[in-house]
Amino acid sequence: MELLVLVIVIVMLCSAIAVLLLKDFLAALAAFSVVSLGLSVLFVILRAPDVAMTEAAIGAGLSSLLFALALRRLGLWHLRS
Amino acid sequence: MDTNLIFHIAAFGLILIGSAGIVLSTHLVRIIFGIALLEAGANLLLLLATYREGSSAPVIVDGHIPVIMADPVPQALVLTAIVIGVGILALALSLALRVQRAYGTLDLREVRQRLEQDIADEAGIELPSSIDAPQAVVKRQEGHA
Amino acid sequence: MRRISSALFLLGLGLLIAMIFQTMEFGSVAPLVGQAINATAAEQVGAANFVTSVVLGYRGFDTLLELTILFTAATAGGLVLGKPRAGAARDPDSGFILRAGADLFFPLLLVVGLYIILHGHLTPGGGFQGGVILAAAFFIPILARPGTSMDHRLVSIIEGLAGAGFILIGLLAMLGGGDFLTPLLDKGELGALLSAGSLPLLYIAVGLKVGSELAGLLAHLSETEASD
Repeated sequence: MELLVLVIVIVMLCSAIAVLLLKDFLAALAAFSVVSLGLSVLFVILRAPDVAMTEAAIGAGLSSLLFALALRRLGLWHLRS
Repeated sequence: MDTNLIFHIAAFGLILIGSAGIVLSTHLVRIIFGIALLEAGANLLLLLATYREGSSAPVIVDGHIPVIMADPVPQALVLTAIVIGVGILALALSLALRVQRAYGTLDLREVRQRLEQDIADEAGIELPSSIDAPQAVVKRQEGHA
Repeated sequence: MRRISSALFLLGLGLLIAMIFQTMEFGSVAPLVGQAINATAAEQVGAANFVTSVVLGYRGFDTLLELTILFTAATAGGLVLGKPRAGAARDPDSGFILRAGADLFFPLLLVVGLYIILHGHLTPGGGFQGGVILAAAFFIPILARPGTSMDHRLVSIIEGLAGAGFILIGLLAMLGGGDFLTPLLDKGELGALLSAGSLPLLYIAVGLKVGSELAGLLAHLSETEASD
């Protein structure tokens, strides 16, 4: 259990730093989704299933959708090939 | 390492990374990412206030009541906070769209300079020089010379 | 210069937070209110999900204020974005696979969303989670067909009626001499679908309001023209 929590927290913190350091905004959006999903799993481990469901639906779902739509309208939606 | 300590480090780490994003970024969309990270960290910290190891979720399933249940009050508060966070995010992104429509760029240094220039033009006064925009002093000197 | 002062600020913030939580008794004090609610919520409110009984019963007024905040944010967002011009550039047409896939998602998301809303007082879930899923259900077919717009009048009507329904149920409790938002109706047996008085009705109102609001907001964001 301790190892699981440690791994999830390390992945979450590295993704959070990656959100601020990645030049491509689409990649930053993907890293932000990883942070939200990791947080949702942490909420389940903290015995809060209601909060975990809300964070998964809103953080990883609606928030990312909002960011993606806004990035498209702002013209920041490039895919580097 | 204690699980409690790991959770606290995660919450503080997210808050610090979010604050760093807000304070150190120059692009408006990165600042909005920072706001979202800061909110996520604060929600985690709120939920850690009454965490007890070995408790179970505050739901009664099939009629048998667990002995120790987690505290439902911070969970209700965090539920509210997450939904409010997405509302704030939506409004912030709409305002960022308007800023780009008005100034053509989302780099905050340029936006700040153009805003100050617009305000100075409206008021009809000369723009004072600052560390970010020292060229106003050069313009004044060229005008006098 | 700005970066040095920002770094110093962050260092100070980190130290401040660490010091506060070192000296404050965080996580080691017994949560008395929570334990009291856990002990008495089953008889008083009758909902198997204690978080629901806190969100709609013990702190129902906070939920009403949260709905107000969400309404303000969504309305302000719609106002700030403005109407798209008639001759603005549109997204390219999406293919058949995207349209068919999006149409296939709609009934599934609708059923899941309504299930989560209606069982909010029995299992983890409720109006907010189900409302977000409903918003996605109504927005994805529009996302797959660029150029079509949502009927914003209908969305506003549903949102207004749902919000008014929430307040009316709360006001009905005052008619009998109780306080605002006291749970009405019979408590029923713990764990049945028709239990916990008026709490499922309140969650249905919350779910419809949140769903229609977020769908309208996403539609506004998707219809606004690109800024160049």
